[in-house]
Amino acid sequence: MSLAEKYPREVKQILTKYPPEQKRSAVMPLLYLAQTEEGFVNKEAMQDIAGLLELTTTELASIIGFYTLYHDKKEGKYRIQVCTDLPCALRGADKFLEELCNNLGIKVGETTSEGLVTIEAVKCLAGCDKAPLFQIQGDDGLEYHENMTVDKTLELINALKNSGKEMK
Amino acid sequence: MAYILLRHRDIPDISAIDVYKKNGGFEAFKQVVTRLKPDEVTAIIKDSGLRGRGGAGFPTGQKWSFMDRNNWPHYVVANADESEPGTFKDREIMESNPFQFLEGVAITAYAVSAHDAYIYLRGEFWQVAHYLDKKITEMENAGFLGDRLFGLDSSLNIHTHLGAGAYICGEETALLESMEGKRGQPRIRPPFPPAFGLYGKPTVVNNVETLTNIPLIISKGAAWYKSMGTQDSAGVKVFSLSGRVKKPGNYELPFGKTFRQLIYDYGGGVIDDRPVKAIMAAGASSSLIVADKKALDTPMDYASVRTLGADLGSASVIVIDDTVNIDWVIKKTIHFFKHESCGKCTPCREGNYWMYHLIERICNGEGTKEDVALLRNVAMQMQNKCLCALGEFATMAVVTGIERFPADFNSRIVQMERQHD
Repeated sequence: MSLAEKYPREVKQILTKYPPEQKRSAVMPLLYLAQTEEGFVNKEAMQDIAGLLELTTTELASIIGFYTLYHDKKEGKYRIQVCTDLPCALRGADKFLEELCNNLGIKVGETTSEGLVTIEAVKCLAGCDKAPLFQIQGDDGLEYHENMTVDKTLELINALKNSGKEMK
Repeated sequence: MAYILLRHRDIPDISAIDVYKKNGGFEAFKQVVTRLKPDEVTAIIKDSGLRGRGGAGFPTGQKWSFMDRNNWPHYVVANADESEPGTFKDREIMESNPFQFLEGVAITAYAVSAHDAYIYLRGEFWQVAHYLDKKITEMENAGFLGDRLFGLDSSLNIHTHLGAGAYICGEETALLESMEGKRGQPRIRPPFPPAFGLYGKPTVVNNVETLTNIPLIISKGAAWYKSMGTQDSAGVKVFSLSGRVKKPGNYELPFGKTFRQLIYDYGGGVIDDRPVKAIMAAGASSSLIVADKKALDTPMDYASVRTLGADLGSASVIVIDDTVNIDWVIKKTIHFFKHESCGKCTPCREGNYWMYHLIERICNGEGTKEDVALLRNVAMQMQNKCLCALGEFATMAVVTGIERFPADFNSRIVQMERQHD
């Protein structure tokens, strides 16, 4: 099923945001829509969007590659993205990330064996006063978690595991 | 003093439209649409001395007056891409005092005769964007957006647009490219956005905090606004305080308070009561300020901070204490800029890459004196050679770090040279 068939209302709503002769502007919201289910933009979705906006798939791939929140391959169901920039690092973010990884038995950039979470180090999230912090990129957009500890994070991961949602 | 921007701290429910209205909300918008000509609105903002709060400090009213009147339609774009390490003020404003920000967008649109305004939010502000969408709908339902505003011929629509993780999109022309559905790479300027902006049309791009100032300037007048702050920097500013302080957070203050007041009176002093070693006043893009007595007692306004060989920028004050080595600080900033360089200009793309290799070697205790000199040399070669300010910003901490904190670069090198002797 194509993107427009699967999400007719959303696609229409996105396209009406911009002047009709400037439909290329819809590429960013359409890419978010395309990665809702699997956490990445698959080949078919890329072709759908390219068709809708009269772009080549090469142009689309260059956009996906440019922005960090678009992904072109499957990783964990949830991406835990920890900020390790200077202000957060001054408040213990590097140590937090290291201990979190040690507890999960994975390295930064890797995914837990059951495919639940990928741990990533990211750039400033505009929450420098509430470090350590991370965002979770999952099937329902993005969510901030601030003033975190390793224990609180492990609890959160457990809750995600037990949330009853079927794992792919 | 009552808050002007962070008014939710005085009026907790101000994000409810009824509460906002009860506290004078939308009166300024009504006043401009029903009683003032667009140019009169611009004149008030010019008189107020308001300068852009995104970092560049450009006079807001002057920017509006540059809009090309022979090319239509006009657009307003709110820059909510807040991505400078150390900056977290716009997020608090949008999350807690959304209508004052949106009213600022609406007044700006009237002043430049735009009928469509876009809010470009960084992708990480996913929840903020959805929250603003709700608030925009509430404004539409209350008759403050849409057609025939206040029964007159004016119309305005506001839309949100999410970026997807790219610091460079805070640069206004990269932001416009991104909005047009392209990779966010800066354009050659001139022409500037008021001549050639979104879709090639005249566009005003203003920062969230700048826009949030506007409703109260209209209500209370330019003279009222100018009575706060300093001669060169009128009004109030939200200072984002972070790093090694006891109470990090946003502090709304008139321009002209000193770094010492911000760090000690508001920020509760340094963690473990250590001395302040360095200050970065403009986030990761800062020159490093040596935190001596003179610096700590310097007023925080655009002109005074410049006397310290630094800029106030977006007033994102990162405090560094004496437990921290400056080579590590610049390793962090270079890593950031290396990641965020858009790749368009060779000096920035390659320069950051090589600077990172050098600083890694130095931080690992494997550097030589020549490496430090080469690092500075690479940074100097990047300056004045890039299309946008990112290439410049990436060098600020590097050059000033090496010049102003030489001991932090020598200690590990001397240690290593001794081992080799």
